[in-house]
Amino acid sequence: MPESRLEQVATPTHRIEAGPPLVEVRGVKKYFPLQSGFLASLFNRGEQPAVRAVDGVDFEIRRGEVFGLAGESGSGKSTVGRLVLNLLEPTEGKVFFDGMDLSQLSPDEMRRLRSRMQIIFQDPLASLNPRMTIGQAIAHPLEIHEPNLSEGQRRKRVLEMLEAVGMNPPTNYADKYPHQISGGQRQRIVIARALVTRPELIVADEPIAMADVSVRSALLDLMMRLKDEFDLTYLFITHDLATAKYVCDRIAIMYLGRIVEVGPLKSVYGSPAHPYTQALLDAVPVPDPKHRRTQPMPRGEIPSPIDPPSGCRFHPRCPIAQMGLCDVEDPQLMQVPESDNHLAACLLRAGPRAMGQQTPPS
Amino acid sequence: MATSSDILYSVRNLTVEYETRHGVVKGVDNVSLDIRRGEILGLVGESGSGKSTLGKAMMRLRNGSARITSGELWFDGQNLMELSERQMRDLRGSRLGMVFQDPMTSLNPVQRIVEHLTETMLTHEPEWTEEEARARAEELVERLGIRRERVKDYPHQMSGGMRQRVMIALALALNCDLVIADEPTTSLDVIVEAKFLDLLKELRDEFNLTILLITHNIGVVAEVADRVAVMYAAKLVEIGDVNQVFEKPLHPYTEGLLKSVPNIELDSGALYKMEGSPPDLSSPPPGCRFHPRCPYMMEEVCPIYDPPFAPPEGASEDTRVACWLHHPHPQKVAIGA
Repeated sequence: MPESRLEQVATPTHRIEAGPPLVEVRGVKKYFPLQSGFLASLFNRGEQPAVRAVDGVDFEIRRGEVFGLAGESGSGKSTVGRLVLNLLEPTEGKVFFDGMDLSQLSPDEMRRLRSRMQIIFQDPLASLNPRMTIGQAIAHPLEIHEPNLSEGQRRKRVLEMLEAVGMNPPTNYADKYPHQISGGQRQRIVIARALVTRPELIVADEPIAMADVSVRSALLDLMMRLKDEFDLTYLFITHDLATAKYVCDRIAIMYLGRIVEVGPLKSVYGSPAHPYTQALLDAVPVPDPKHRRTQPMPRGEIPSPIDPPSGCRFHPRCPIAQMGLCDVEDPQLMQVPESDNHLAACLLRAGPRAMGQQTPPS
Repeated sequence: MATSSDILYSVRNLTVEYETRHGVVKGVDNVSLDIRRGEILGLVGESGSGKSTLGKAMMRLRNGSARITSGELWFDGQNLMELSERQMRDLRGSRLGMVFQDPMTSLNPVQRIVEHLTETMLTHEPEWTEEEARARAEELVERLGIRRERVKDYPHQMSGGMRQRVMIALALALNCDLVIADEPTTSLDVIVEAKFLDLLKELRDEFNLTILLITHNIGVVAEVADRVAVMYAAKLVEIGDVNQVFEKPLHPYTEGLLKSVPNIELDSGALYKMEGSPPDLSSPPPGCRFHPRCPYMMEEVCPIYDPPFAPPEGASEDTRVACWLHHPHPQKVAIGA
């Protein structure tokens, strides 16, 4: 075989700005009450049973970074994405965007703020109206957020966006319908529509999960190019930890409604502290037949988010859990020894106990 | 090299056609493939490559309007194309097992797991008593890591990973020779997936099970398969030992595919992006179907002549590839003559 002529995906250079974060999430909880009948509500006046989808989450996203939020299904990662955009109202806690408390904004202020934040979903076909042409779909957010634009100005912006997402020549595509283009191209349209109002934050919820391998890397490459071109900040929500490696600056790992570990991607992947993160990273299939897994897989299955385990939520499945400690004390995110901005919610691997182990008293 | 007695299932020149609004489309186009006893053969391809259609055709199950229009299916010395529908039905489930992506659609939602298992066993093994079947069901389910008392559950009370294990239990209960597993881990989370893959390997070793693992997930193939077959646009483009294919892929599509798979290892190289997207099968490109996307395309050969699926020049029979880079091509022949 001749030497490889395949084109490589550009590695983006992120300019992460110092200063106040773009998004701050503080003590956020989201409970979805379970439907209970009339009789149950009569007899059960105390706490109403609820799915604790998000149960106390803190993090911030800095301007210009790609912040990953990863976890298995049911971990609460998508709910966090919706809370960040104020598409859901938190049961408790606050979300700040550019210093503004989203819970304090009037509906009108919130509507205006929406042009600065956008979301991209997994399934582009479900995100696009089949009766709208591609051009109409991309123009739609402009009609809402920039109603003063003339027809011609709008058309110009639509064509510019189509070009930016690699749909060339744009005039060939503007009048087509979603079913007339491929799945990968549809996701490009969804991205174009999200970017047309020049937002600062993009919440990308499994943006490439539906795409085939051979188109995935092109989509990732596009997202990273656009990030630099439009000065974007991404909240990248994914179950695919291998893909996250190529795009995220920092990553948070969620388990049962909590962040169990967060830090710079290289630090979290290179030396994971939380036993759950270790198992999760080790479980990811590696495209190399010689590779072998090294960690034991956690026992059993993820418990119900209606009645999560006491203490550390991972303790019933954890290989290093200490009874009397891990099943009692609820761990907060704490500094991982000898790390930089790397936190984990494990009583044994982070915080005072772990630090103590590093330097035993003489 | 594999001898004929090592081969459990042999697909010969299989073509499957679909009726669509745009005319007849070949979902599987002249595919030949051998599965050896006791191996896990990974069949990879992107959506629309025809891998699921091939898997279903091997069971003589119809995928929508798909119809087998030519070819032979040899299973353990028997040509399945010559069997009656009734004989086929007896074979499916008893000797040919199936595991699909969503086990919820394979299980009856209003039937307890244990009833489903015993009923299926008794259908195929009428000489068993109900007690025997029930005992075997419980034993197998427990062997696969599900607590004995959970067999009384309904499918919706189980997790996706458990339901997938029940489907495998069924195949084992009936001593299937070959299990065709179509995207069995696609709806599972990675930890459950890892456990399921460990289980597949154990079962292969313990029960000498032969497994055709159809998947789009290259990592899954690397983890469990002994050999790998790669499908592109309704045709097989490469088959070989998993270590060999991953180390030195011969077909440019395989090469591109392997290099565009995200790898979680921090020291793995950069990601590659393949140009374009797979062709529309209602009008596939002439010659080699990959030529419009191929970085090694030879102008005077690849867009004109369809490459044979054969061992490359000077290599053993075990490896096959459909690419003119590895075969004497018509131009070479013309110049030589």
